[in-house]
Amino acid sequence: MRFIVAVIQPHKLDAVREALAKAGVEGLTVSEVRGFGRQKGHREIYRGAEYDIAYVPKVKLEVAVPADFAERVVETIRDSNIGDGKIFVLALESAIRVRTGETGASAL
Amino acid sequence: MLNAGDTAWLLTATTLVLFMTLPGLAMFYGGLVRAPNVLSVLMHCFAIGCLVSILWLICAYSLAFAPGTPWIGGLSKIFLNGVGRQTLAPNTTVPETVFFMFQMTFAIITPALIVGAFVERMKFESVLLFCGLWLLVVYVPVAHWVWGGGWLNSMGIMDFAGGLVVHLSAGASALVVAVLLGPRTGFPGDLKPPHAPWMTMVGASMLWVGWFGFNAGSALTAGGDAGMAMTVTHISAATASLVWVAIEWAKFRKPSLVGMVTGTIAGLATITPASGFVGPASALVIGLIGGAACYFVVSIVKQRFEIDDSLDVFAVHGVGGATGILLTAICVDAALGGAGLPELRSMSYQFAVQLLGVIAILVWSVVASYAIVIGVKAAVGLRVGKEDEEKGLDQTTHGESGYNI
Repeated sequence: MRFIVAVIQPHKLDAVREALAKAGVEGLTVSEVRGFGRQKGHREIYRGAEYDIAYVPKVKLEVAVPADFAERVVETIRDSNIGDGKIFVLALESAIRVRTGETGASAL
Repeated sequence: MLNAGDTAWLLTATTLVLFMTLPGLAMFYGGLVRAPNVLSVLMHCFAIGCLVSILWLICAYSLAFAPGTPWIGGLSKIFLNGVGRQTLAPNTTVPETVFFMFQMTFAIITPALIVGAFVERMKFESVLLFCGLWLLVVYVPVAHWVWGGGWLNSMGIMDFAGGLVVHLSAGASALVVAVLLGPRTGFPGDLKPPHAPWMTMVGASMLWVGWFGFNAGSALTAGGDAGMAMTVTHISAATASLVWVAIEWAKFRKPSLVGMVTGTIAGLATITPASGFVGPASALVIGLIGGAACYFVVSIVKQRFEIDDSLDVFAVHGVGGATGILLTAICVDAALGGAGLPELRSMSYQFAVQLLGVIAILVWSVVASYAIVIGVKAAVGLRVGKEDEEKGLDQTTHGESGYNI
């Protein structure tokens, strides 16, 4: 199993969700996060004073999938023209469905 | 003789002016600070509203408006002594209780305006002590000089709704508090941006609506004077909003909401002293000059002098109020659509009186505020600790959070 963490632009979330659903992803978790990458944030001006916004709003997706499915998910997130962001793929040790106690890939 | 229409309007206007502070000004300011300080700003405005109300009843109203000397009113109306249901306010057609309440709402918003200078870092007990003393030592005498039969009043000063009494006194004092208190940690280069500009816009809109009570209510009658005051108030606010946003748009390529609504307040403050004396065309000019003047002073105070008058009280209210006072002497001219000067009074005399008023209120506000701040500092201190400032006043002073998500 693989655990995929993707940090993307908030306005791309709907497109990514649709594409992932089409590709067969059963569920995912989304959180609003802030961070910076190579752009190092941006500047905003209020009443003529400039403020450095060091952390830019992003959306973080977390998806757990069977190992052989991981590449397809990564490709889907990329193919839906995200632009900015990062995708991390981690090995996933176990998964448990709370309702039934199923474990492993069948819990995903 | 009592006039029911005038009384009904003044009751309404009083409600509108209280609404300017609670919650209008509170939200206008609250949106401009960091999220962990939003409650402290709302709290400052609310607590000042309560404190001033009590002081107003005890002695402040009497010292401002009861007959006295050219410098200070008398004590004949402390605790509203002798004022009953049948008592009319002198030279008006409204009950004195209504006049008392109307003037109280002005006394509430004036120290609340100063909150903008000391947000995010002043101890709560110091806020209360400063504002209570400030009301008695600065607001009360100035209101007496200008409106209560004092020396500037006798000279014929024209301050319809408080360019001097409210805006210049608050603006000049704000500058003194900001200097003595010192800047927020991180000023000027490393500050957090306003946490909720939408809240600032909502507050500014409430201020705009409430200002109709402030300016048109100051006519004390429900007739043509109030109607014209409302008209010019609105035109100046709209003009200054556009001026501010136009300057920003040209300079930074982005027309900002915070800029636009700051322009609104600048236009409202500038027209305030003039609102009962000028015509609609002059209101355009006053909004134009007021919006531009306030805009440029914001950056002079913050960038050139590096004074952290955090929410620009001096630039918006002090400069707006003083500009409006001076323009009143010119725009009152009947040839410019104004109400005209009293007979045998020249424009140059009036301008000199207005200028004297500006200088007197500026000097008194600065000197007295300086003394009060030094006194408060000696008694209870001024600033919260650095760690509390970083965590925010909501948690550290009030034990609450603005946003429990």
